[in-house]
Order: sequence, then structure tokens, then C-alpha cells
Amino acid sequence: MSGNVSRRKLITTGLTAAAGVAGLGVAAKIADHYGLIPPDWGGIWGPGETLTYATQRLLMANGSLAREFNRSEVSKVVPVSGPQPKTDPYQRLLAGGFADWRLAIDGLVARPSTFSLDEIKRMPAKSQITHQACEEGWSFIAEWTGVPLSYVMNLVGVSEKAKFVVFYPFDASWDSLDLPDAYHAQTFLAYNLNGKDLPADHGAPLRVRVARQLGYKSVKYLHRLTLVDSLKNVGDGRGSASPSYGYSWYAGI
Amino acid sequence: MAATTYLEAGTIRETRPLDTLRFSLLVRITHWLNTISFVALVVSGFGILLAHPRFYWGETGGLGTPSIFDLPLPFMLGGPSGWGRYMHFQAAWLCVLTGLLYAISGLMSQHFRKNLWPAKGQLSWKSLRGEIWNRLRFEKPAAEEAYSYSLLQRLSYLAVVFFLFPLMIWTGMAMSPAVTSVFPFFVRSSGGYETARTIHFFAANLLVLFVLVHVAMVCLAGFVQRTRAMITGRVSGGRVRP
Repeated sequence: MSGNVSRRKLITTGLTAAAGVAGLGVAAKIADHYGLIPPDWGGIWGPGETLTYATQRLLMANGSLAREFNRSEVSKVVPVSGPQPKTDPYQRLLAGGFADWRLAIDGLVARPSTFSLDEIKRMPAKSQITHQACEEGWSFIAEWTGVPLSYVMNLVGVSEKAKFVVFYPFDASWDSLDLPDAYHAQTFLAYNLNGKDLPADHGAPLRVRVARQLGYKSVKYLHRLTLVDSLKNVGDGRGSASPSYGYSWYAGI
Repeated sequence: MAATTYLEAGTIRETRPLDTLRFSLLVRITHWLNTISFVALVVSGFGILLAHPRFYWGETGGLGTPSIFDLPLPFMLGGPSGWGRYMHFQAAWLCVLTGLLYAISGLMSQHFRKNLWPAKGQLSWKSLRGEIWNRLRFEKPAAEEAYSYSLLQRLSYLAVVFFLFPLMIWTGMAMSPAVTSVFPFFVRSSGGYETARTIHFFAANLLVLFVLVHVAMVCLAGFVQRTRAMITGRVSGGRVRP
């Protein structure tokens, strides 16, 4: 009798566990479908990272705006994090005033294109005065001017299959954004900092500015954007160079 | 049920065995989960701090701007602040979810009102002074304190549960550019991003201080006996209350 009970208990427990695992699997599929799983979801830090990303994606689903400030609040010092690439293509373009520099946009787009700096500057410009915090803990407020990334993406016609935009800079810090952040109203391709052309150490000629994430997400020294449907085959598959240095792909924290 | 309704609740309690549970299962589970998350938060928080051991007031601050104080630590880029960040937020999730479980069940079971809120006649300057004096002399706590919290314990636990932990979460939220885009009041009420970071640091120090005193008191009262009580829920392995 008691043997029966414990066997029944064992079977029930087993079935519950199996249902739990299957339930988790289904939940993961659904979450992935709605873009709630970050590319660096694996490993021991995966659970925390996934919880943070999924929660914040749901919270920010209505395109919430980062705080904007007055010109009087702009910081006098704009610290530099990581100097300009010393390598040849970059230094040559810098010496030539970026006249030969082009931004290429390819991947899942209807019209793969390249743009010169002048062409980008002739697009409808926008400015924002926002706070940028480095993951290290320091921060500044600055005025950024550029073209909204959404404008450029609409210009080249992004495929419905695309889910991420990958940023390729002249240095090693390649990165990517999901489309909600790429289309966000405060995500710019910035060429102007505090009323002046972007200084070389701050990412000249063009950097992305992502207002709702930490500073390292605002990739500098851009030369190519690629629209992809998955990050699995880009780099080491974790969405950016950051995870290989120990930093999370998603920097909304 | 119907047969016992005419009895006074107090009468029933009197007849129960004296070796009742000192700590409920929920308090024990949340205590140890919180221990794990707290250690991880302190270790990783220190790792993150090493990237920039300087503190500012207001919205912004960095090298080249005045700080309010600099810790005598090296600036360490990469390494601890990277894995520290992954670890910090994973541990923060564990801490917040455990805290929610503890707070909701503590309210529902009246744990806070019955065990943490100062008992009748307990709250007076005289008893508080006496207790502080005993602690400063490393006087061994009275045997009675194995079964109920003393005034000083109650006040410090209440401060930790209802002030320091909420303050850590509040100032932590204030440092998230994503969260503050939805809830800007976290950072506005904190007095700016860098102020939030500085308050976060001081509150963390107070929590570490609390844990040090807490562990010291546990050692003073009998480390093995008290730790066993927090694992099994019973004081001195089932012996009857003196």
C-alpha cells in the first residue's frame, strides 16, 4: 500500500517535473518570438541577464524617452573612453577630413547603400541633450546632433525579417541593437557633439547614440551597418564584442 | 473546529508544546537565499566600484571634474567590473524576488507586527540604553533572547528591511538608463544619477556594517546553536524552553 503511494507520488512528481521543463521550453519559445531573449542568454549569468532584458523590454514597450536636459546643464568636461584607432584606414580617412569615408548599409534591406558624410549631414537633423553614463560609474550630459537611425533605416527599406542592426566600427568594439532600440526616437547617428564636429576621440566621423543604454552601447567610428535576423552567426554569436570582455550585450541595466 | 470555538485562543496556546518553531520555514529559506544574494552583491558591487573608486554629487561627474571623495583604491578597468556587473544584476534579481516573498508573507503572517515591531513595554529610552550598554560590553545576550528578538534587534531589523533595502533598490533603479526612461522619479527623487550612486555606496556600507554586527552577535550568543536554529527552525535541538 505504502509502496503504491510512494510510486504514485514518484510518477506524479516526475510528470510535474516533465511538464515544468516542457512549460519552460514553450515559455522560452514564446519569449524569443517576442524578442525577450538576449543573445548572451547562455552561461551562468544567463538567467539574470534574460530576466533584466525581458522585463525592461516589456516595461519600455511604448518607446519611453530618456530624460532630456537644458543647455545650461551640459557638462563642461566630456571624458574620453578609449582613444581613436591608430590603424591605417582610420588615420588616413581622418587626415583627409573623412572626404573618402562612406557608411555602408547592407544585409536584410531592400536597397543596400553607401552614404558620404555630406549626404548624412544633409538628412533631416535632430538634437538631444541627454545624460550618458559609463558602466564604470562616471557620467556627463552633452548635446548630440545627428540623423535618427530610423530615418536611415527607412531610406534603405528594412526587411520584415530583420531583428537586429549590427554596427561595425574601425576599432574592435562591434555591437548590435535590437529593432525597438534601433527605431527609438532618441537613437541617432551622431556627427556633432556640443555644436562641433565630433572630435576624433569621441567617435568621428559618425557614432551611434543610444540614450536608454550605458555609454559602451554608443559605438564610435562607424563604417558599416548590417541588418540581420539573428546574431548567431555574427562574431562569436553573443551580439557584440562586450560579452567576450565580460560585459553584457544589453546595457539598459 | 466548532467544538473548539468557545475556547479562548490563549488557552489553546498555553497547552501547546513549548518547543515550538523559533523561525518559520519561510523566514529560514528567505534568510539563506538572501545570504547568498547579499554576499554576491557585495563582492560584485566592490568589483564594479574598482572601475572608478570616486564619488560625485548631482547628475554628472568624472575624471577632470571635482569629486566629493576618492577611495584609496586603484582604477581597475575590465575584469571585475565586467563579470561583477553580470553577477550584480543576477544577485539583485535573487535578492529582490526573495525580498518580495519575505515582505508579502511577513505582512500576511503578521511576522513583522508580532516579531519585529517593538513589543508592549519594550520601547523606552531606558531599555534601549541598557541594551546598547550591554552590547558595548560584549555581554552575552539573555537566554530569553534565543526565543524572541530584543529591542535593539527589532529596531535594526526594521531599519534594514523597511529602509536600507528599499533605499538600495530605489537608488539602484535610479542608475538604470532604461528604467529611468520609464520611471524618471527614481533618479529625480535621488537628486541625480551620481548622487544616487553615492547614496547606493553609503547604504551598502551600512548594510555590510549590519551584517558584521549581526554575525558578531550570533557568535557571541553561540554560533553553532543559533545557526542551527536558522536551519532547523528550532532552538537547541528540541530541548524544552527553560
